[in-house]
Amino acid sequence: MSLVDAGRLDRHAYLDSPLHRMDPRAKVLATLVFIVTVVSFDKYTVSPLLPYLAFPLVLAILGAVPPGLLIRRFAVASPFIVIVGIFNPLLDRTPLLSFGGVIITGGWVSFASILLRGLLCVTAGIVLIATTSVPRIAEALGALRVPRALVVQLLLLYRYLFVLIDEGGRMRRARTLRAEGRKTSIRQAAGMLSSLLLRTIDRSEAVWRAMQARGFEGELRTGRSLRWRPADTLFLLLVTVGCLSLRCTSLTNWIGGWALKG
Amino acid sequence: MHMADALLSPAVGGGFLAASGGALAYSARRLKEEGDDRKIPLMGVLGAFVFAAQMINFTIPGTGSSGHLGGGMLLAMLLGPFAGLLTMASVLIVQALIFADGGLLALGANIWNMGVYPCFVGWAIYRGLAGKNPGYRRLAAAAVIAVMVAVELGAASVAVETVLSGKSDLPFGQFSALMVGIHLPIALVEGMITIFVVKFIHDIRPEIVQATLGVDPRAFEGGTKSLRPVALGFLAAALVVGGIVAWFASTRPDGLEWSILRVTGTEELRGEDQAGGLKGALSKLQGETALLAGYRLPGTENQEKAGAHEGKDEEGSPGPIHVSGGTSLSGIVGSLIVLLLVSCTALVLVKLRGPRAGSRPPGDAGAAPGSSGGRSSP
Repeated sequence: MSLVDAGRLDRHAYLDSPLHRMDPRAKVLATLVFIVTVVSFDKYTVSPLLPYLAFPLVLAILGAVPPGLLIRRFAVASPFIVIVGIFNPLLDRTPLLSFGGVIITGGWVSFASILLRGLLCVTAGIVLIATTSVPRIAEALGALRVPRALVVQLLLLYRYLFVLIDEGGRMRRARTLRAEGRKTSIRQAAGMLSSLLLRTIDRSEAVWRAMQARGFEGELRTGRSLRWRPADTLFLLLVTVGCLSLRCTSLTNWIGGWALKG
Repeated sequence: MHMADALLSPAVGGGFLAASGGALAYSARRLKEEGDDRKIPLMGVLGAFVFAAQMINFTIPGTGSSGHLGGGMLLAMLLGPFAGLLTMASVLIVQALIFADGGLLALGANIWNMGVYPCFVGWAIYRGLAGKNPGYRRLAAAAVIAVMVAVELGAASVAVETVLSGKSDLPFGQFSALMVGIHLPIALVEGMITIFVVKFIHDIRPEIVQATLGVDPRAFEGGTKSLRPVALGFLAAALVVGGIVAWFASTRPDGLEWSILRVTGTEELRGEDQAGGLKGALSKLQGETALLAGYRLPGTENQEKAGAHEGKDEEGSPGPIHVSGGTSLSGIVGSLIVLLLVSCTALVLVKLRGPRAGSRPPGDAGAAPGSSGGRSSP
């Protein structure tokens, strides 16, 4: 995991673009619709999935998300699906296609399908977070009936996330300065973790007192309200209709057939 | 061990979303009933702490690779099950969003695997085993058992979700055995580091341990007792359990496949169906596709068939599938893996003991009773 990229992604969410201005509820729902549609395809599906690449691509451009970030994040996220998926070519050796003597087995096709799904889902998620900050997503979740306690928890976690990551980073740097090149044993790491945890607990005491002083009663007020505009309806409708029509028709085959005929 | 969107089917992803959503709603209600405002900022910063903890890597002995604290069980121990689950869920949501670990649809599965198991199952085990006013060793043992069970449940659960989704061809028995095996050392390390952290905090600020764990701080007095017997106990237990699983897998190679077949229908277990019939397909599958199935490697089946006797009646007879010739090769590979696992755990123990001699107060060496005497005095 790269924390530098995470910080970039987070800062990007506070920029401005047409996609940034959308209601977070519309974006969360559209992303879910997209992911569920992509995942609902049969395991040997490759070509009908390709048109779906258009969604994250177009939205990334609309949201001014740098493409390098998309690719890097996918690379970071891919090892697990590669490790699980790579067994398919080994296990499933049913010949499925043949290209001029080269036989492609079902396993390779389903592996390619898994990778493609991974690419689609990860990039869709990144476009969402690169154009919607975590507090906005938390608000959207709250509006979508996610328990209030979880929303408050998400907001508080996010508020201290980079503060504590910096603190962990400083601790790591301090250790590197004193013991460069030497390995950290489990016991040493536990010692460092413990003092980090103690500071964290002390911080929570201070936060609690500050919150009490400001009249906290179990609810964080963000001062911003969600506003659903016609553009949001249009956006959600476009994505849903787009996903479903691609799901029900086979665009790739039509294009292929048309190209062969013409 | 984050589950990924790409490996899920909508039904499995949606089902786990609903289940985890239910657990979260219940936890939110219970937390509200507890009415402890002080917990709210504590949950927030502890969630952030889990991320900060990932900055502090340590070498996993014997492997050269590095690991970091997972934190689910530590959160549950410090916050209790309901606040713990909510905190873990928020951690996983942020991981899915900002760090691209897992995915939005996979969130339900991930909250289930890494939140519900440690916070509910693990916590219940910890509480049950520790009892009231546990001593240090008992507390440590309870925590380590709880962490190990929770981590292994999560690991097996990844296999269940993957196989139910039917995107991967990995057979359930082998995949879950693989996941559980891989996570055995991980779980042990997570358990040890969790209990070390609790111990360190106790040494500096006993009142926190008392307040959060409901433990009498006197339990820790003279508490520099060696954890080695505890660790050795786990190692033995793990090996026994591993042996039983291996024995089960080798004597009833079809048992696990049968159970998953009954649950899901034949969908997931596609094989080239030559012999016809379910059983034929199954034995075929067993031979062709198994990864260390009944300790066979893929490919050995064919060589075997050339001069073999047992291979034949496998196809037709409905009796149990015999383990034959190919066993030797995969037996060797299996043994090597077991050897590797054992030496890893041995190295863990050596490393655990190593730094103690220098870093603990002098009274320590004498105070630890019952250790096998191999320790050098400082």
